[in-house]
Amino acid sequence: MTKITLEVNGKKVSKDVADHTLLSVFLRDNLNLTGTHVGCDTSQCGACVVHVNGKSIKSCSTLAADIDGSKVTTIEGLAKDGKLHPMQEAFKKTHGLQCGFCTPGMVMSAVDLLQTKKNPSEQEIREWLEGNICRCTGYQNIVAAVKEASTKM
Amino acid sequence: MASLVGSRVERKEDGRFLQGKGRYTADINIANQTYAIFVRSPHARAKIKGVDTSKALKSSGVVGVLTGKEIAEDKIGGLIAGWAIRSEDGSEMKVPANPPLAKDVANFVGEPIAVVFAETLDEAKEGAEKVKVDYKILKAVVDPSDAMKSEAIHDGVDKNLCYDWLLGDRKAVDEAFAKADKIIKVDLINNRLVPNAMEPRACVVDYNTASEEITLYTTSQNPHLSRLVMSAFGGVAPENKLRVVAPDVGGGFGSKINVYNEEIVCSWASKKIERPIKWVAERTESFLTDTHGRDHVTHAELAVSNDGKFLGFKNETIANLGAYARVFGTVTPTYLFGPCATGVYTIPAAYSNVKAVYTNTAPVDAYRGAGRPEATYTIERLVEKAAMELGIDKTEIRMKNFPSEFPFKQTLVHTVDSGDYVAGLEKAKQMADYSGFEARRKKSEASGKLRGIGVSSYFEACGIAPSAAVMSLGCGVGLWESAEVRFNPTGQISVFTGAHSHGQSHDTTFAQIAADELGVPMENIDVVHGDTDKGTFGMGTYGSRSLTVGGIAIVNACKKIVAKGKRVAAKMLEVNEDEIEFKDGEFVALKSNKKKTIGEIAFACYLPGQRDEMKSPIPEGDEPGLIESSFFDPANFSFPAGSHICEVEIDPDTGNVKVEKYTAVDDFGRIVNPMIVEGQVHGGIAQGIGQALHENTQYDETGQLMTASYMDYTMPRADNFPEFNLGFTCTHATSNPLGVKGCGEAGAIASPPTVMNAVIDALGGQEISMPATAEKVWKACKTLKKSNAKAA
Repeated sequence: MTKITLEVNGKKVSKDVADHTLLSVFLRDNLNLTGTHVGCDTSQCGACVVHVNGKSIKSCSTLAADIDGSKVTTIEGLAKDGKLHPMQEAFKKTHGLQCGFCTPGMVMSAVDLLQTKKNPSEQEIREWLEGNICRCTGYQNIVAAVKEASTKM
Repeated sequence: MASLVGSRVERKEDGRFLQGKGRYTADINIANQTYAIFVRSPHARAKIKGVDTSKALKSSGVVGVLTGKEIAEDKIGGLIAGWAIRSEDGSEMKVPANPPLAKDVANFVGEPIAVVFAETLDEAKEGAEKVKVDYKILKAVVDPSDAMKSEAIHDGVDKNLCYDWLLGDRKAVDEAFAKADKIIKVDLINNRLVPNAMEPRACVVDYNTASEEITLYTTSQNPHLSRLVMSAFGGVAPENKLRVVAPDVGGGFGSKINVYNEEIVCSWASKKIERPIKWVAERTESFLTDTHGRDHVTHAELAVSNDGKFLGFKNETIANLGAYARVFGTVTPTYLFGPCATGVYTIPAAYSNVKAVYTNTAPVDAYRGAGRPEATYTIERLVEKAAMELGIDKTEIRMKNFPSEFPFKQTLVHTVDSGDYVAGLEKAKQMADYSGFEARRKKSEASGKLRGIGVSSYFEACGIAPSAAVMSLGCGVGLWESAEVRFNPTGQISVFTGAHSHGQSHDTTFAQIAADELGVPMENIDVVHGDTDKGTFGMGTYGSRSLTVGGIAIVNACKKIVAKGKRVAAKMLEVNEDEIEFKDGEFVALKSNKKKTIGEIAFACYLPGQRDEMKSPIPEGDEPGLIESSFFDPANFSFPAGSHICEVEIDPDTGNVKVEKYTAVDDFGRIVNPMIVEGQVHGGIAQGIGQALHENTQYDETGQLMTASYMDYTMPRADNFPEFNLGFTCTHATSNPLGVKGCGEAGAIASPPTVMNAVIDALGGQEISMPATAEKVWKACKTLKKSNAKAA
């Protein structure tokens, strides 16, 4: 067991965790932040993407103990003061989600894209989202959402 | 008040999904829960000589271990085939028993043998490792083409044949073929797919020892059907002691129709161990045990005249059912496939013959489109090949054989009520700049690339399923849908539906419909589904049925509300009922222009004895309250149709196929929410392109699944697609009052042949099987180069 301290969605948390605890498991089971989803066992689907110190990572292949001292933002922490983040607004406006399962990871990944590159081209958006699988939307409206958000962020 | 039907209304469900507040089954935890891990067969076919649980039972944290022996002793029934299909010779289909835990023989890799419950997930995994199963490995039957020649895998199922089904007239077809100028032939494999909803299957079961009620939270497309099957066939609990909740469900595509082994086992076991149980599939378990889709081997022929008229059609298909026949397993390759295989064409004579076989692979069942993608692939490959061989333009040959009028009595079974196939194809040609293709082909050629164009015109029969029509085919099951519209005294409305949304946006679409009918803002309406304790009964969502069947039940229930409202308003306003008009949520007495809002009527219905009112507002013969329900069973299927056009560019040096342009023109009848419908079409096209170019389910000769993770099974990614170009034509369905036709499956039905026709066009007519991977295409490019060199 290791004692870790993180800042998750702006709140400080300290917990003892087994050394092999994945960040996705820690968020879901220890903090009840079930917005972070797990859709595969091979780090392919990206439903589990969260931000660690501002960068998108796959929480299913990150050990909680490895990021001790970090700042974590999950989908639950994206909206501020009851107002949706521009990326969340854009997904709603363009119908960038259907069943909602891949959505948290998709949104977190897309937010990082726009932090990394201001006005990505359609091809750049599609390539960035390689690590996030969606089975419902055919990606078209997700790409449209990222474009829409890029005019607001 | 402006109509909400037809508007691009943003979704009511998005707020929770976008903020991580969705509640999926794996998000649910119950105090004192145990964790389940299933011990699964590592062999495709093996005798189970014994199961030793003694070491597992002593393992740290293990609460219980159960096997096929205990479940058989408790007489818990197995999984079922939902539709009865007869063979051509009149005999009943052969369906083997499918116990929830295999006791004597395992028939596919991943079939559950035992289950371990423990205090933690890690302890359950460790316990499962300690269950020792003594197997005698048997030779597996894997390839459906060989199944009938192989040893029978189930007792009493000769030649591994479930049925040998025929629809149509062989003699008439032979006569038509004798008169033909040319016979076009194709041999096709409709590649096996794994549906891959992004949310893996899961269940959480809570047994209440006081009320003796089992609550099952599960990833289901149809919770009421699950409860019915588990009660009537599984004997898990009476229906009144079994509550099935399908909360937010992360996609289904057919794979979450079936009641699965794990749900039956955990529900039964929760009562036995008197502890809640949680089970969540890992992705590889989903690959191994979710029902798969497609997997047909087809030989088909089209008899044509030199001027391009279609004269006759024959279809000989072997359909792989996998190890067991499941809910839609037997009907998918028959009534959902055979009648649609003649496509959108008038063909005087046709037959479809399907032999459904068992193999030692995961069960095959409905997957988005279920039978209709296979049908469309069959006819549209033939039509494209006919155009090529006859030297007729591929759109012209289609136009030539479209029906000239509607209703269109299709060759086998269906009478299509409405459509305009010519308008759809013309619009697609125009949107795709069909006439400009040759110039684009030359441009690609100049840069060393091969460019091809493919067309597909499709129709499908959905809105599953009109009971009378289905019963007349001998299937034994009909599928209506129910709705209940419940006003609260203070005017908010709950609309209960038996359909289930797992991405389809029912919260929004159904609220739009009800808001229009009742003249209230849609914010006042909550759509409730997915819980057997809330809605009366329902058949769930699949076969593009939610709107065409479930939506109509909502409309009808709303109409009953308005009818009662009129009676109450008439009494309150002291006029005759026929003097009341209902408009924009108000009941107006035409002569006096006095009015009551529907909210006031609802209030009066619940509080009929108000202080200042001397008389009750409830008319004689009516009861208090404002709740109405409806069960809608449509008169016919609905028949969406359309034409899609695709352009691909192939790099002959790498074999890489790039989808350059994709145009879809669909007729879904009236569209309730264009934004949602477009989303459905995008998703369907993407799945179809996935089938055509990327996805394949590969078993090796021993029955091991070689593609059991996202490392091995290619899921389409964002950069595999161009922006899809969508258009719509609209002819209203006549089989329901909204004129809607259903849109959920069309994209996946039309796109595989559209893409493959384009790839084959680019390859100069060389046949290639799905998925057209870079390796296959690269080889075909080499062959093309050789034959071009020879010709030169």
